[in-house]
Amino acid sequence: MKKFGFTTAQSRSIDYDKVNTKLIKYIIENESSFSTCISCGACTATCSAGNITHFNIRRLNIQIRLGKYETIKQEIDKCMLCGKCMLVCPRGINTRNVIMLIKKGLTTLDLSD
Amino acid sequence: MIEEYFVLPFIIGLFVLLVTLAIKYVSWIVQLSHIDKLRVLQGFFTRRTLSAIKKIWKECLLHTRIFKTNPLLGYMHMSFAFGWFVLILVGHIESYIHAESLSVPPWESIFFRYFHHEHFVGERFFAHFMDFILLYILSGVFLAYAKRLYSRVFGIKRSTKLKPKDRIALLSLWLIFPARLFAEGATASLYGNGGFVTGTLGGVFSFFEINSSFELAMWWIYSSSLGVFFITLPFTRYMHIPTEVLFILLREYGIQLKKEYNSVSKIQVYSCSRCGICIDACQMHHAEISNNQSVYILKNMRDENLTDRKLYNCLLCGRCEQACPVGINLNDLRISQRIQASKEFNSSYDFLTYKNTPQTDVAYFSGCMTHLTPGIKESVCAILEIAGINYLFLDKEKGACCGRPLMQAGQYQAAKKLIDYNRQQILDSGAHTLLVSCPICYKVFKDDYELGQINIKHHSEYFLELINAGYISPRKSDNIIVYHDPCELGRGANIYNEPREILKKIGKFRKVRIEKNQSLCCSGSLGDLSLSMPDRNIIKEQTLSVLLKHNPDILATACPLCKKTFVKGTFIQVKDIAEILVDSIKKKTALLPEMENVCE
Ligand code: SF4
Ligand code: SF4
Ligand code: SF4
Ligand code: SF4
Repeated sequence: MKKFGFTTAQSRSIDYDKVNTKLIKYIIENESSFSTCISCGACTATCSAGNITHFNIRRLNIQIRLGKYETIKQEIDKCMLCGKCMLVCPRGINTRNVIMLIKKGLTTLDLSD
Repeated sequence: MIEEYFVLPFIIGLFVLLVTLAIKYVSWIVQLSHIDKLRVLQGFFTRRTLSAIKKIWKECLLHTRIFKTNPLLGYMHMSFAFGWFVLILVGHIESYIHAESLSVPPWESIFFRYFHHEHFVGERFFAHFMDFILLYILSGVFLAYAKRLYSRVFGIKRSTKLKPKDRIALLSLWLIFPARLFAEGATASLYGNGGFVTGTLGGVFSFFEINSSFELAMWWIYSSSLGVFFITLPFTRYMHIPTEVLFILLREYGIQLKKEYNSVSKIQVYSCSRCGICIDACQMHHAEISNNQSVYILKNMRDENLTDRKLYNCLLCGRCEQACPVGINLNDLRISQRIQASKEFNSSYDFLTYKNTPQTDVAYFSGCMTHLTPGIKESVCAILEIAGINYLFLDKEKGACCGRPLMQAGQYQAAKKLIDYNRQQILDSGAHTLLVSCPICYKVFKDDYELGQINIKHHSEYFLELINAGYISPRKSDNIIVYHDPCELGRGANIYNEPREILKKIGKFRKVRIEKNQSLCCSGSLGDLSLSMPDRNIIKEQTLSVLLKHNPDILATACPLCKKTFVKGTFIQVKDIAEILVDSIKKKTALLPEMENVCE
């Protein structure tokens, strides 16, 4: 392709056989409500941390499912546990517990492939 | 003399008890912080010790606080504690009088009737009096049997579960007094030295022509049950008896719970008598959750097997703490466990950068929750405008959280980062007053911010001051208003009257059945990290059913989180005090339209 001066976009398809699901399993085991998230983004819209930084709690949801632990590690520390997301979530998800579980999971679990 | 070996179990038990207690006490006191040790030393030779003794008398022996909550349960605890105390005390006096000397070995006083059958001064009086006390204790023992069988009689929903060692201790305690009755009865039958109870029982025994080996067997049982109870005491729930004494003393000397779990916390944990009063206070029952009430959590702390799931499932509403007759700081204890459980992953919030803060008289901090309920925010600003106050909306844009939700989750180090950040801004503003419209923020400002001379005011306090000083004048309407006490404002910060005072000026204020320090939780609490939404709704409905019993026009509260939680559960208007207040002022003064969006 290069010869013709084109580049191709990297494939965005997700191969679920290859992603690391340890963290998401741990979270859902301890906070089952997280599996009902519809990625509506209400949480991100109201987020106190998102107001000050580029923190995006909804995006984290997807990254957890993709097993992208390095990004999550940097991002999750921005949450202030204020609880606004929990109050606006249409699915009644215990988002604060999810966040605590992410933090705990990242520190205590063996997440290597 | 060989018969007298029956005193051995008692002597061994007492010895083991005293040695273990001494070891425990000393290790706890050694682990106190240096300052706390100084507090003990300074307080020891002052009136504080006397006042502690008075409290020990009232709480450890008479159990007056349990009595107030539950008379039958109080009677049971009192009969055991106070009755036994009198029995030991008068027993010793009796033996001293008999021997006409103070050098009597303890077993002679405890088993007095076995050793002495002869007549002496006051012998009849003592026999009857000791019988009376024994009867009194036995009535308590009987209640204890009944409580295990039918706990509902005592208003207790569920008794605590027992482990084998607890069971042994419990059975030996239950056996002690009936065994004493039988032993003294047997001796009375042979030597006629019983009072009106043991004497009568002796009569019955005489009918069966019992001999001295039966008598000895009874005394063996009595002594053994005492011995077993003494040996098991330090390792079971009964450790609360000696620990509570220490707890009361330390509290009198001004020693308080720290953020981290240490020996002061341990002393509190071991002081729990497992009376079960906290179980009844907890609203979790309505959602059929019955394993995480404080009494169970304290037991897990003692056994060091507390799971995260139980630890984080608590509203931190403080109802149990309010009800606990021992006065254990249940909320803070739980938080200290959370601090321990989560200390490895605290955030640093490096993205927060200090900015210049303009000067002002009054700094208004609305907090995350008020931002989520813009009606409250705008009402507060409107009132400040009307009153002509020079104020600064501190966290109008891009504000950081106050830190209390982190604190409740045990993220203490992270919370401190936010506290430092906000604190700097508040101090830089030069404000004399910090106005807060959220009780969650209010609590952490009061408890952890160390703001020195700055007045920290919840908006209900501040607006009442404005009304009384004539800055704003609300108009009274015909609306029937009931008020919900937010947990963090009421039990958390002891503010009950100011909101009521304001409401009485704006409408027809009605009391609700459960209020003030007894008030129920809205269920929205950030203290609970794992309670599911459906369970929260059940608790909310129960609270609403109490609040809305008499169909008020307005349900008032003074917390944005309570408001946000309640509006989802009723068609009756739910309003914050600030909103009701602004409405009543508008009605009176026909406020200009530009008062809308006043915060912008
Ligand atoms: S608000 Fe709730 S459902 Fe929507 S994205 Fe956030 S967590 Fe998922
Ligand atoms: S709890 Fe965290 S994620 Fe949720 S709104 Fe607050 S800062 Fe954002
Ligand atoms: S925590 Fe307090 S109320 Fe609960 S069982 Fe223990 S002593 Fe009783
Ligand atoms: S703080 Fe409230 S929810 Fe937690 S155990 Fe006590 S009464 Fe129950």
